[in-house]
Amino acid sequence: MRLSDGKRFWAAIGALAMVFAATMSAPALAQGMVGAPTPWGMGLQESGGPIKDKIHDLNNLIFVIIAAITVFVLALLVWCVWRYRAEANPTPSTTSHNTLLEVVWTVVPVIILIVIAIPSFRLLYFQDRTPNADLTISVQGRQWYWNYTYPDHGNFNFDSHPLAEDQLPPDQRHLFRLAVDNELVIPVGANVRVLTTGRDVIHSFFVPSLGVQKYTIPGRTLETWMRADREGVFFGQCNQICGTNHWLMPIAVRAVSREDFDRWVTEARQRFARADEPAIAAPVAIETPQIAEARR
Amino acid sequence: MATASDAHHDHHDHKPGFVARWLFSTNHKDIGTLYIIFAVFAALIGVGLSVLMRMELQSPGMQIFADGQVWNAFVTAHGLIMVFFVVMPALIGGFGNWFVPIMIGAPDMAFPRMNNISFWLLVPSFLMLGASLFVGEGPGTGWTLYPPLSDTTYHPSMAMDLALFALHLAGASSIMGAANFITTILNMRAPGMTLHKMPLFVWSMLVTAFMLLLAVPVLAGAITMLITDRNFGTAFFRPEGGGDPVLFQHLFWFFGHPEVYIMILPGFGIISHVISTFSRKPVFGYLGMAYAMVAIGFVGFIVWAHHMYQSGIDADTRAYFMAATLVIAVPTGIKIFSWIATMWGGSIELKTPMLFAIGFIFLFTVGGVTGVVLASAPITQVMHNTYYVVAHFHYVLSLGALFAIYAGFYYWIGKMSGRQYPEFWGKLHFWVTFVGVNLAFFPMHFTGNQGMPRRYPDYPEALAGWHFVSSVGSYISAASLLLFLYVVWLTLRSGEKAAANPWGEGATTLEWQVSSPPPFHTFDELPRIR
Repeated sequence: MRLSDGKRFWAAIGALAMVFAATMSAPALAQGMVGAPTPWGMGLQESGGPIKDKIHDLNNLIFVIIAAITVFVLALLVWCVWRYRAEANPTPSTTSHNTLLEVVWTVVPVIILIVIAIPSFRLLYFQDRTPNADLTISVQGRQWYWNYTYPDHGNFNFDSHPLAEDQLPPDQRHLFRLAVDNELVIPVGANVRVLTTGRDVIHSFFVPSLGVQKYTIPGRTLETWMRADREGVFFGQCNQICGTNHWLMPIAVRAVSREDFDRWVTEARQRFARADEPAIAAPVAIETPQIAEARR
Repeated sequence: MATASDAHHDHHDHKPGFVARWLFSTNHKDIGTLYIIFAVFAALIGVGLSVLMRMELQSPGMQIFADGQVWNAFVTAHGLIMVFFVVMPALIGGFGNWFVPIMIGAPDMAFPRMNNISFWLLVPSFLMLGASLFVGEGPGTGWTLYPPLSDTTYHPSMAMDLALFALHLAGASSIMGAANFITTILNMRAPGMTLHKMPLFVWSMLVTAFMLLLAVPVLAGAITMLITDRNFGTAFFRPEGGGDPVLFQHLFWFFGHPEVYIMILPGFGIISHVISTFSRKPVFGYLGMAYAMVAIGFVGFIVWAHHMYQSGIDADTRAYFMAATLVIAVPTGIKIFSWIATMWGGSIELKTPMLFAIGFIFLFTVGGVTGVVLASAPITQVMHNTYYVVAHFHYVLSLGALFAIYAGFYYWIGKMSGRQYPEFWGKLHFWVTFVGVNLAFFPMHFTGNQGMPRRYPDYPEALAGWHFVSSVGSYISAASLLLFLYVVWLTLRSGEKAAANPWGEGATTLEWQVSSPPPFHTFDELPRIR
């Protein structure tokens, strides 16, 4: 699996960061990859699926270009300051026009931008939606937790709340502010259509290691998609300011094998209510998401 | 009025008494001074808020903030203060008022009394924004004010209304200022000062003023709708009433994107003058420079939805906004390369303003190229709203606009006060600022790449390292602001008397032809430009 671009360009420092990561973070959850930030990480989070792979490719391309431009500008500045300092060049030239030069520094950036734009357009349409979804999941951002529905599997529906620090096993405390009680489970290798809806304010469903992000907006249903090509757990966080606990509504997507997924679905259908049925438990008053209350 | 003009005839430099001069001021230079003092004062508060935020972020866990809502209110206040009460007053109200009339050879601004109310509206506006932090739950939406979060259900108290009315006042102030600048520049140029002979700072102010005039009323409309949604039962942005929260985003960013160019364009003008002066060479490609700013101003209006790539706008629409956004890199590149070409072959003196100007070029380039990354819609699926964005806009604003303000300050303080700054302390101030801001903001690219969302008071443990570095950088930056105040104090207390033109033959604009400080009424006779 490809390395994140930062590590490519900062090989030495990156290696150091990995040593840090190995020594400082506890062993990952049971098995598979963990999509999460790493200590002293500089590049993008490791990729867990095709969308993120392509984002890495594009980002690497653009990074080379922008790094080259920045170094070029810096070199020109340093050269000017050194070569044309007042002591070295007491009589300034009076040149203030050079048509050829001006044409060149207009046309060359245009060409560079076209080089960036073409793969960007391609990826834009690739990311937009999946033509052949294997399953659909509905995601709803709420103050301050997530609600997931599986319409293709009996329409069961559940909430996903963050775990408190003391609810985590000691070797996983570093995942506080990322780990949740009920993870969003998807089969590995499946194209998952994601429909986002809102209920209270705008949130953003954001899972960096899968390269997926979409706002959840009240009154609208938006579509995007994601796919995990590796088993593991991919963490994300709400990414649009949504009130006092904006920082504590993490997302965890767990990709498992098809068999494990089917087993989980069977179990989940027992555990969770259907989205289109009234809850069996005594009706709970809808929380009034007033900030004044939340702040207590 | 009669006495004033009599006095004028009697004694060339007669100044009115304190109250008449500073509270009822109609003199562009005095109003400019008021704007600059105001901006410095607001900067102390805005930077103070950011230092508190960096203290919270220095290590994981909630340390000094009671909860996320207080944090969010701080985020909002920091953003709005820096945009509306620091950068805009310093660049447009301050340097604009001071030097646009002098540079075009006009006796004053076209509407001196309107100039006065433009400034004095800012004061209650600032007080209202400050008050909003102490009322109810505070305005915890970020400066973008997106509903439904900014609606009464989620912000029931008056705090949000105070912030919105503060924006109305600041907006009215900006619109009047813009009308004043446009009228002044188009009608009051001295004989011979054609548009194509106008100094680039005046060009930058002309473009900025037009952008303000077209953008700010859209913000005013949007926040008026928000105010009526909150208080009078309308449902412009309420989905349950048939309204649309995304409509607000369109309106906000139709203002908000031009706004970022409004903040940086006057800086472009200042940098052109400083580079040319200290290279002792005329600006390279003057017309290209002027029309690059016009192009930036125009294209700046048709790229707004690149702030909304994740808001569910259509893929084709995203494709358009991506293409349009990338186009802005072209005129920006023209400016960067023209500045370097101005230095090329020059006779460069590294005085403090020049240091800040060269620093500006490099750091604005860094902020510019990360802007190209963020223009690419598919990449924003992992970058949108992360610290990468925070790094990007602080590189163009905190390092771009701020360095331009400092460059302008050191360039013109001798002219404005009659006393020259101490060179050693100015240079020290540059280096402390340079180290501090880079240390604070460069690591944010890394945390952003790693997926750190903005507007978070707390974060997963893995991100602690870079956050700590950023916090240290922020403390150094804050120290550099105090150092700046010390330099100002040194200058005003014991600075050498400034000559009419302390910079030599490189300084060619009209302000260097009049004494330092200029007489209360700058020109007895209109200068004639050859």
